[in-house]
Amino acid sequence: MNNEELKIKITELLPSAIFDETGEWLNIHVTPTDWLSFAIQLRNDDLLFFDYLFCLTCIDWTKPAEEKPDLTMVYHFSSTKFRHHIVVKSNLNSSQPQIETVSNIWQTANFLEREVYEMFGVNFLNHPDLRLLILPDGWEGKNPMRKNFEDPINMIKL
Amino acid sequence: MTEQQNKVVDFPGEIKEIPGGGIVLSKLDDVINWARSNSLWPLTFATSCCGIEYMSVAGAKYDFSRFGFEVARASPRQADVIIIAGTIVNKMGPVLKRLYDQMGDPKYVIAMGACAISGGPFFYNTYSVVKGADHIIPVDVYVAGCPPRPEALLHALISLQEKIKKGMTREQIKSGI
Repeated sequence: MNNEELKIKITELLPSAIFDETGEWLNIHVTPTDWLSFAIQLRNDDLLFFDYLFCLTCIDWTKPAEEKPDLTMVYHFSSTKFRHHIVVKSNLNSSQPQIETVSNIWQTANFLEREVYEMFGVNFLNHPDLRLLILPDGWEGKNPMRKNFEDPINMIKL
Repeated sequence: MTEQQNKVVDFPGEIKEIPGGGIVLSKLDDVINWARSNSLWPLTFATSCCGIEYMSVAGAKYDFSRFGFEVARASPRQADVIIIAGTIVNKMGPVLKRLYDQMGDPKYVIAMGACAISGGPFFYNTYSVVKGADHIIPVDVYVAGCPPRPEALLHALISLQEKIKKGMTREQIKSGI
């Protein structure tokens, strides 16, 4: 399917989805509450068949001096069967960033979500094994990829 | 035998002609240093892009075997010199220390590239990067560059040999040889 056909199909599945077509791939904004049911449809729909989650990450948009984080989850999908791609984004609640896990749909999300958890502090609900992935013990809750992360010993504040 | 042929290049000592041949006069310490400096086996250790230049130097085109860096050993127990080729992060620090400790004496260290010298031109201002490998183990020769050219690493290796021949490495000064 091309982007236009994908857009029509996804609008049927999730009427509240907001689209952004500025890039090469179709961008879809969903709310965290819609995310899990929408993800299941993306994976299981016969015409979409997004069986490959090839990127899962997070963006911190927080401006300097802001206390609350401003985070967006980003998921890149492609279908190995139909060779089409989409990007799904979801803005998180700034006071309590959390979203449903998709690790039971795409196994690769298990580790990727653990990385986002340690780096950005996003809480993945119902994740089977949410603990630090790369950071050593004692880094729980420090979230070094957050814009407001401070480390006066190792970093010069710019 | 002409005068020119008689002179042994780089060998510490002199040949004293006697009827029917000659004898070599030298100091044992100098001979040991000469022997060690011409057989320095590096450890196969690289953590970033400097490792690619390191591989290039080990390969046929630059070929550090010509200078006695015969083969890169995969075990620290068989290596004489560790070339820190790349960024050292805090998690890698204990591993580097352990590798250095496992190497048999005498051992030498070359810090290759900006990351190993000071944390690097890119990633120094982070929570994870060690700002210079000499925070962890003592360094004998530093090579500037990002990454250094293969010629620069060769120059560093030869500088290390000269340092050993003069007895000026950290290890030698410490042990009083």
